[in-house]
Amino acid sequence: MNKEASADMAQTASGSKADVVVSLESIEKSFGDTEVLHDISLSVRRGEVVAIIGPSGSGKSTFLRCATLLETFERGSLSYGDLEVVQSGVDGRAVYAGKTVQREAKSRFGLVFQNFNLFPHYSVLRNVADAPIRVQKRDKAEAERQARAVLAKMGLAGKEDMVPCELSGGQQQRVAIARALALNPDILYFDEPTSALDPELTQEVLRVIRDLAAERMTMVIVTHEMSFARDVADRIVFMADGYVVEEGAPGQVINNPQHERTKAFLAKYEG
Amino acid sequence: MVGMLAQGFGVSLQIFFLTLLGALPLGVVVALARMSRFKPLALITRFYISVMRGTPLMLQMFAIFFGPYYLFGISLGTDYKFTACIIAFIINYAAYFAEIYRSGIQSIPQGQYEAAHVLGYSRFQTFMLIVLPQVIKRILPAMGNEIITLVKDTSLAFVIGVAEMFSEAKALVASMKNLWAFAVAGLFYWVFNFIIEVILNRIEKKLDYYHE
Repeated sequence: MNKEASADMAQTASGSKADVVVSLESIEKSFGDTEVLHDISLSVRRGEVVAIIGPSGSGKSTFLRCATLLETFERGSLSYGDLEVVQSGVDGRAVYAGKTVQREAKSRFGLVFQNFNLFPHYSVLRNVADAPIRVQKRDKAEAERQARAVLAKMGLAGKEDMVPCELSGGQQQRVAIARALALNPDILYFDEPTSALDPELTQEVLRVIRDLAAERMTMVIVTHEMSFARDVADRIVFMADGYVVEEGAPGQVINNPQHERTKAFLAKYEG
Repeated sequence: MVGMLAQGFGVSLQIFFLTLLGALPLGVVVALARMSRFKPLALITRFYISVMRGTPLMLQMFAIFFGPYYLFGISLGTDYKFTACIIAFIINYAAYFAEIYRSGIQSIPQGQYEAAHVLGYSRFQTFMLIVLPQVIKRILPAMGNEIITLVKDTSLAFVIGVAEMFSEAKALVASMKNLWAFAVAGLFYWVFNFIIEVILNRIEKKLDYYHE
């Protein structure tokens, strides 16, 4: 099935609510007097890969941080499956659910940071297995077994007892991906996962993300890697100045952009 | 002579260890209060740290020893002098430790908190498991300085008549009419601090398995 066809299916399937992993509606967010997100909505179905592109300062990362509860937004709603994390109150104000719901939500998503943010004092294995053990209260042996399996899948077998500083940037980012996967999330967010990496290390991280996409892992990826976004995403969202300017199948947004902002942005990535 | 000094040194060690036992944890509480988002608490703590660091420990010891009697007319007996000395040392050193902790805590990158937050660690878990171990490594050299200073500061307890080693040395010098007791006392301090240096170096080496 080609990307366009699957994106078309996305349109028709969007009606079935059970399949929606995350739904953000009409998000508005300001830093002081500056509004950085204007009425942004996004819903992602199970197995879908969404790439968010756009110039720096467009609000892509802030949007991701709102979805992962690292930032609060003033208006709009957020739900993970049947779990309503933020509801839109009568006056439109965002009303956050209590701690229990937020903690439950956090086990439904994983976030991979631009700067990895691994715990430097933990071994590779502990970086991956610690949250399943201490947060999800899973059995230690079982959690470590799964952590080893996920690390092996990331091409990191044999590195379990090392500490992050002994690894290359690409390896560290793959540990970070393993750490996010170990909580068995429904969706994985990536915030410019390769922006801190050398070109050759970039490829090894992108390869891992491609593999996850092939397994139909639900993902939202903020990236500057245009060709990667085109290859891996079912849907591209182009953001600028806190607005979603254009959204659609990769073939449509990247090869045949409709808006001037999109054209101008993509022109910089030509050749 | 050495026997008397050793006895005094025992008291010095008591002051040293009791101060650490009290001030190391109290410093954490003070540091957290100092960084509190509740402004009145942060301000009061700042004032407390400022007074503790801005006035002589000797004066603080006087205040705590004589304060109850001169301010409230409470007579606490001569045994109170050791307690007063320990209280003064603890609240004084907690202020210094708190500022070291604060510098360490604030040097931990925001990304560590964010990663822990997203993984679902509670605030307490984040502090105990993620932040504190990294802080300890970062503040170890500064803490080493304070701890070595504390060993020498125990000699200040002589001003309220606590029979620690320096008081004994002074008495010996007076009765023997030579300065040997001071020299031997100096040797005691130095040897003990040398041991502390060795221990701190070991800990530093042990924590050297990673760097950021």
